[in-house]
Amino acid sequence: MKVITANFVTCAVKECKTSAASFPLHFHDAELEQQELDFQPEFIRNVLPRVDWDSLRITANELGFPSLPETKPEGDALNEEQTLKDLHRLLLETQVIEGKLVCGNCGHQPWMLPPSETPNHVFNAVRGGSKKKEKKRA
Amino acid sequence: MLPTPDTSHVSFDTIYEPAEDSYLFLDTLSSASESKWLSERFKKSTRTSSDSSNAVPLVVEAGTGSGVVLAFAAAQSQHIFGRQDILTLGIDVNRNACIATRETVSAAIKTVQKDTETSAVDQILNTIHISSITSDLCTALRPGSVDVLLFNPPYVPTEELPRLPTESENDPTKSQAMPRSAKFESDSYFLSLTYAGGADGMETTNRLLEAIPGVLSDRGVAYVLLCKQNRPDEVKERIRAWGGWNAESVGSSGMQAGWEKLVIVRIWKQEVQ
Repeated sequence: MKVITANFVTCAVKECKTSAASFPLHFHDAELEQQELDFQPEFIRNVLPRVDWDSLRITANELGFPSLPETKPEGDALNEEQTLKDLHRLLLETQVIEGKLVCGNCGHQPWMLPPSETPNHVFNAVRGGSKKKEKKRA
Repeated sequence: MLPTPDTSHVSFDTIYEPAEDSYLFLDTLSSASESKWLSERFKKSTRTSSDSSNAVPLVVEAGTGSGVVLAFAAAQSQHIFGRQDILTLGIDVNRNACIATRETVSAAIKTVQKDTETSAVDQILNTIHISSITSDLCTALRPGSVDVLLFNPPYVPTEELPRLPTESENDPTKSQAMPRSAKFESDSYFLSLTYAGGADGMETTNRLLEAIPGVLSDRGVAYVLLCKQNRPDEVKERIRAWGGWNAESVGSSGMQAGWEKLVIVRIWKQEVQ
């Protein structure tokens, strides 16, 4: 799960929706992994309008990232390569591979985090010898 | 024809295998008329780089199954949305489907990126799959955050609607330890979630439709597949009666006694004048 996901999800419990404490959800026991991706300044600039800055600052702080500026970069700051690189690293390169996302209102984990990066292990265990049919679109 | 994403790594024991309805989704999104409509809606503005219309679109699929539809949207984002930078998020109640989707979408994006490296195209696909989360429809999504919502529902009319899986039913260590007969039962249950739609095949779809006005952004659009027994014309009328919302059939397949067997309905907010 990319860190930016925290910006788009909330508690699944209906009663929590109206509580400010249900956003952002809080990472607990998060284990992080860096996945290197090409740095595209324009991409990050276009991701920024999607980001709720105050909640991102909370998330970054919880994950142990250096403090983000108090306000969302705009104008000239959008041309500062270091600022964009830091955001690229935090939002897109950082993967949360273990841990929980907990609601600040009800204290529960509202839905399951994606499992850690072991898909092949899981698949090989359940796949067995089933034959794959070749299917094509009409 | 644009390539169908590879799902050969997916075990279809508990996951819906791509079929006619999945392919109708791919063909509809990439059709000349639909990709033109979507590209116009989501294309980058040529004005300033800080224009909010340049904001990367978030494309969400509820009930991803193998992930073939979301992977197609991700890999073909230039063709479909007119841009190389979308974020995709997958949701499914079946944890296996989430793992499969992550794999299918990431692999489809990588394939396109590799092809780009060896060709003369200078545009790089930046599209990123941000997560596949185990959750129920749109319940975990932040209001107003979704630009494109895709849904190929369990649409078959059935006497009963299967309940949602518990966390322990989604625990892979449990299913691995099961005796064969219990595993078969568990697999059948998970497969029933992929097709059984309860009354009129609409019980799950109705829950999704109700969530649409809350979860879509101002430029948001949803694509929902319906079968004949779901009575698509009535569904569209109902959506139009919300006030300020449009619903049109934009893709169909399989004529049966003069009716299309499957249709895909586009649902979007009327332009604010």
